[in-house]
Amino acid sequence: MEEKINFIKTHKTFSLYTFLVSVILLIAVLAPYLAPYDPMAGNMKMALQNPSIDHFMGTDKLGRDTFSRIIAGTQVSMFMTITLVILVALVGSVIGVVSGYFGGKIETVLMRFADMMLAFPGVVLAIAIAGILGGSVINTILALLVVSWAKYARLVRSLVIKLRHSDFITAAKVNGAKTKDVLTRHVIPNILPMVVITGAMDIGTMMMEIAGLSFLGFGAQPPTPEWGLMLNEGRQYFGTAPHLMLYPGFAIFIVVAIFNLWGDALRDLLDPRKS
Amino acid sequence: MKRLGNRLMQMLITLIGVSFLTFCLTYIAPGDPAAMVLEAGDHMVSEELLEQTREEMGLNKPFLVQYGNWVGGLLKGDMGISYSAKKPVAEKLAEGFVGTFFLAVVTVIFVLIISLPLGIWSAVRQNEWPDYLVRVCSFIGVSMPNFWLGLMLLYIFGLKLRLFPITSSSVTLSGVVLPAVTLAIYQSTKYVRQVRTVILDELHQDYVIGARARGLSERVILWKHVLPNALLPLITLLGMSIGWLLGGVAVVEIVFSWPGIGNTAVHAIMMRDYPLVEGFVLWIAICYMVINFLVDLSYAYLDPKLKRGEK
Repeated sequence: MEEKINFIKTHKTFSLYTFLVSVILLIAVLAPYLAPYDPMAGNMKMALQNPSIDHFMGTDKLGRDTFSRIIAGTQVSMFMTITLVILVALVGSVIGVVSGYFGGKIETVLMRFADMMLAFPGVVLAIAIAGILGGSVINTILALLVVSWAKYARLVRSLVIKLRHSDFITAAKVNGAKTKDVLTRHVIPNILPMVVITGAMDIGTMMMEIAGLSFLGFGAQPPTPEWGLMLNEGRQYFGTAPHLMLYPGFAIFIVVAIFNLWGDALRDLLDPRKS
Repeated sequence: MKRLGNRLMQMLITLIGVSFLTFCLTYIAPGDPAAMVLEAGDHMVSEELLEQTREEMGLNKPFLVQYGNWVGGLLKGDMGISYSAKKPVAEKLAEGFVGTFFLAVVTVIFVLIISLPLGIWSAVRQNEWPDYLVRVCSFIGVSMPNFWLGLMLLYIFGLKLRLFPITSSSVTLSGVVLPAVTLAIYQSTKYVRQVRTVILDELHQDYVIGARARGLSERVILWKHVLPNALLPLITLLGMSIGWLLGGVAVVEIVFSWPGIGNTAVHAIMMRDYPLVEGFVLWIAICYMVINFLVDLSYAYLDPKLKRGEK
């Protein structure tokens, strides 16, 4: 307990942002209990109401409570973003470890492929993939996964190559450690911090890209309460109900900002070079 | 020379890869292009007619033959016919490119106007209030989705103050302002940090201490010595952002209904107009790579060290 208090005292900013991140995650998990109304239940009599005491962020075109939909949207957005970041980091790392550790022809092919992805604006391809496959939560994640893994593969590969020639790996090999053990005991624990830092710092960007795809209509589909999609729907009532585009965008902004701050703080904490 | 050859080879591989990937996508995508062409053309769709159209479009050939035909057409400058517009894809892309290019140029001008002074100010007054202010603003900008920023600007300056049009059906000067400002704010939040870092790096060089020791004023040091040296990395970074502007601005073009290539592409995807989508992705890939290549070349040209090294 005392250790924990000391940690919080010495890393005040990181602790604060971690607290805020936990609050967001808690909202996401408890969304069904926190929302004052059913985010999916329409009521045409109450359509397009301005913010009032009952609905303090107003209602949308079907009379659904905007505040409840934003709360429910936290769950959708966090789920999509975290799934995406984990998948991207995982796929990228596996490709990076394979090409960095084993080298040879596999490395050449994989890295050519990675360079191809990096030499091209990812968002364009993501729009094309998500759009052609048809908008859905899974296709959005898939599209962004296809265009985002290369950065991690490059990073992990360079880390692994550096490790491969280090003394302790050679020592492990000389002692007869199996390849599997070298990888799981020595290589992976050493690359993990950098992958985690990069992933944490990417959460905000990924969240914005997901929201962007949904905004274009190539992501989550109605009636899912997704923030980008809510902005897209709200845009049609641009003049009469500006609250419909104000609040979902503000929600994206707040959550992205907190995750960006947290990512930076985590980097400063884990990466001694940058602090 | 060898490096140049490698670069070109790499570019060619990327182009082939990207075109293959997009072609695969449109091949496995749901929907029958022959049916779409016929429906778009107000024909009565009969099975016989469908067969005939498939035959004409080469859709009943094996996948690789279809891809080969498409690439063969590309080499002759033929990108196919857009299903929805009934026009050659190249023509449709060229129309959109005018808008996107104009938007990108105006945006870059705005980015320079915003970021250069702020970045320099922030670097010169490092760890004082101007620096903190610029850093906070840039942080806020980075976390703000650009389509939301666009909507807000549109609401305030378009709808409430009526200073700018809400939609633009053609490329106009008054229509370009808001989308360009939206993109410029977003780009500047990144560029201003880069300007700050580059200027700070230069300010810590020995020649600056030398110049101070010779009694030169801070202003002369900044304008005559630091800025010319900082120019090179700044050009590179700006070049990269032009590539991004030509490719990744679909969302903002949609918000402002700006008649650009991103807008064309999003509609093409919605209409399942695959030749247009394929053409678009390829075109963006070419633009992006050519610009990065030119940036590299300009780097070699502007940097005396690299120039000497080559000779």
